[in-house]
Amino acid sequence: MATLQLKNITKQFGDTEVIKGIDLEVNDREFVVFVGPSGCGKSTLMRMIAGLESATDGDILIDGQRINDVGPADRGLAMVFQSYALYPHMTVEGNMGFSMRLAGVPKEERRAKVLEAAKILQLEPLLDRKPKALSGGQRQRVAIGRAIVRNPSIFLFDEPLSNLDAALRVQMRIELARLHDELDATMIYVTHDQIEAMTMADKIVVLHDGVVEQVGSPMALYHHPRNRFVAGFIGSPKMNFLPVTLTGVTPEGVGIRLPGGGERSVPADGTHLDANATLELGVRPEHLVLDEQGPLSGEIKVLERLGGQTSLYVQMDDELITIMADGDVAYRVNDTVRFGFAPERAHLFDASGLALTSLQQHPLAGLTRHDNRAPGSPSEEPA
Amino acid sequence: MTTLSSKTAAPRSASGWRSAQAKRAMITVLGWSVALVIFFPIFWMILTGFKTETAAIADPTLIFSPTLESYQAVQARSGYTRFALNSVAVAFGSTFFALLIAIPCAYAMAFLPTKRTKGTLLWMLSTKMLPSVGVLVPIYLIFRDVGLLDTRTGLIIVYTLMNLPIVVWMLYTFFKDMPKDILEAGRMDGASTLQEVCFLLLPLTLPGIASTGLLSVILSWNEAFWSLNLTTSSAAPLTAYIASFSSPEGLFWAKLSAASTMAIAPILILGWMTQKQMVRGLTFGAVK
Repeated sequence: MATLQLKNITKQFGDTEVIKGIDLEVNDREFVVFVGPSGCGKSTLMRMIAGLESATDGDILIDGQRINDVGPADRGLAMVFQSYALYPHMTVEGNMGFSMRLAGVPKEERRAKVLEAAKILQLEPLLDRKPKALSGGQRQRVAIGRAIVRNPSIFLFDEPLSNLDAALRVQMRIELARLHDELDATMIYVTHDQIEAMTMADKIVVLHDGVVEQVGSPMALYHHPRNRFVAGFIGSPKMNFLPVTLTGVTPEGVGIRLPGGGERSVPADGTHLDANATLELGVRPEHLVLDEQGPLSGEIKVLERLGGQTSLYVQMDDELITIMADGDVAYRVNDTVRFGFAPERAHLFDASGLALTSLQQHPLAGLTRHDNRAPGSPSEEPA
Repeated sequence: MTTLSSKTAAPRSASGWRSAQAKRAMITVLGWSVALVIFFPIFWMILTGFKTETAAIADPTLIFSPTLESYQAVQARSGYTRFALNSVAVAFGSTFFALLIAIPCAYAMAFLPTKRTKGTLLWMLSTKMLPSVGVLVPIYLIFRDVGLLDTRTGLIIVYTLMNLPIVVWMLYTFFKDMPKDILEAGRMDGASTLQEVCFLLLPLTLPGIASTGLLSVILSWNEAFWSLNLTTSSAAPLTAYIASFSSPEGLFWAKLSAASTMAIAPILILGWMTQKQMVRGLTFGAVK
């Protein structure tokens, strides 16, 4: 049982402010992912929660208790580092039992707890090995095991998968999600990889330049990004942006003129807009459809066939537009294509980069990873 | 393009291989030459120690009948063991204290650096450039007043301070190479600073600490200036022992060589046994 609250947290290194007043609430048993480009302050924020870095200002509360002045070990947290940070001179068992050894736990008890954690992570046959003799994935599991034996109230993961190869990363991602269900603990996870964020999180915190851009469930962020940054960061391939002209605002939506002359009405709240406001249209590559009658057109510059899908990179004026199309499309490079989009799938951004509120809430926007589980699955039952 | 590259590639591999061979041979010859030049005086000293006094000053020759005469004479004249014990006590004692002070110091500099850390390190090293004679008189007077003249304690204090800058510098470079994450993981696991140092830092940097310690022992062992000036008999180490053989009656080459051989033998053997560690430690920063 653990909740975490951040109240107006700031962090300065010299004259540079890297965290600019962050408020955040992490609920019990939640899997929260901090995501953002490198240098956005996500790791620093996690290190402040861990106690490895002190906050310049603001309060950090765990279960309502202010812990700013509590040492890292006494906060009841465990951290998994990007480099794993295993103790090279100790065996797997020594690594996992180190915290208990420091706490003076008797050898037998230590061994029992290590075995228990090793069982969860399938590390039993490796207990006598040194980290040097382990593969990347195994090292990662030892680092997680070291965290588990501490029985922490909150797990902290600092980009734990970025040193693994692609295949192993997918596998560990699944294992981590399963581990979260099994341990039923609060977890905070830092990554720059939005796919990790989308697949594992109950709640994503998008950070940029030391501020929180948006907090929400993966589906909420995908379907209702609050601003242009979040829209571009979440989703892969990236969202396409096109400059459009405002033609009028009605109760049903915002009328726009597309490059090339076509007109559409996007169901968004534009009541606050000036008549000559600059707008930008955002449509995800997977929401653009090839259509002979479509309002947009351009020349295919690059064509990537992935088998099941084909990525088309289409030059439209100054913009290179990405379209995710069917695997079997017959187009070739230099062909001209026409395409369109369903207005309810489109996003509009004003001059300051803020998204216009959508008038239609996406049905899955409130969904979290936990909601994907069938009712009555083990962790839904009371402990 | 294709023809050009195939033309140049073919001869390059053959002649390139040959020139690499030649380069390697040259480096080998050069390396051996330097090693021989350095080793020759030691070799000649050991040889002279087994000669008679007359043979020692005669025309240099490699063929002579070896004798232990000089060694017997040296042993009879003064107690080698007493000097040797002083050397051991002073060299290892000063190294122990230098490490004891330098480890926390280097820890602070490597893991909790401030704006002035680099400057402090340079300043520490700059003290090594100060000629020792410059502080001889004040130190001599202080030692006389507090009764440290001709004591092992006195020499240990001077040697500890003398080696401290280099010991801190070396430890600093070793500690800096230690991944910070591991210490932070230890802190998350509940380690106090002392436990962090004892359980994580020291075991992981042991090779570096060992080579630093060895260097400190060797420097203290070879130090002559302070030992000659601050000791007379009871605390005199082997350097003073050798010096006592250049007496007013003239130089006795064979005896001097025998004494010198005995003085350097322990450190030579120690160096021989630990050369792997030493090379690894001393080139640690250089080969990265």
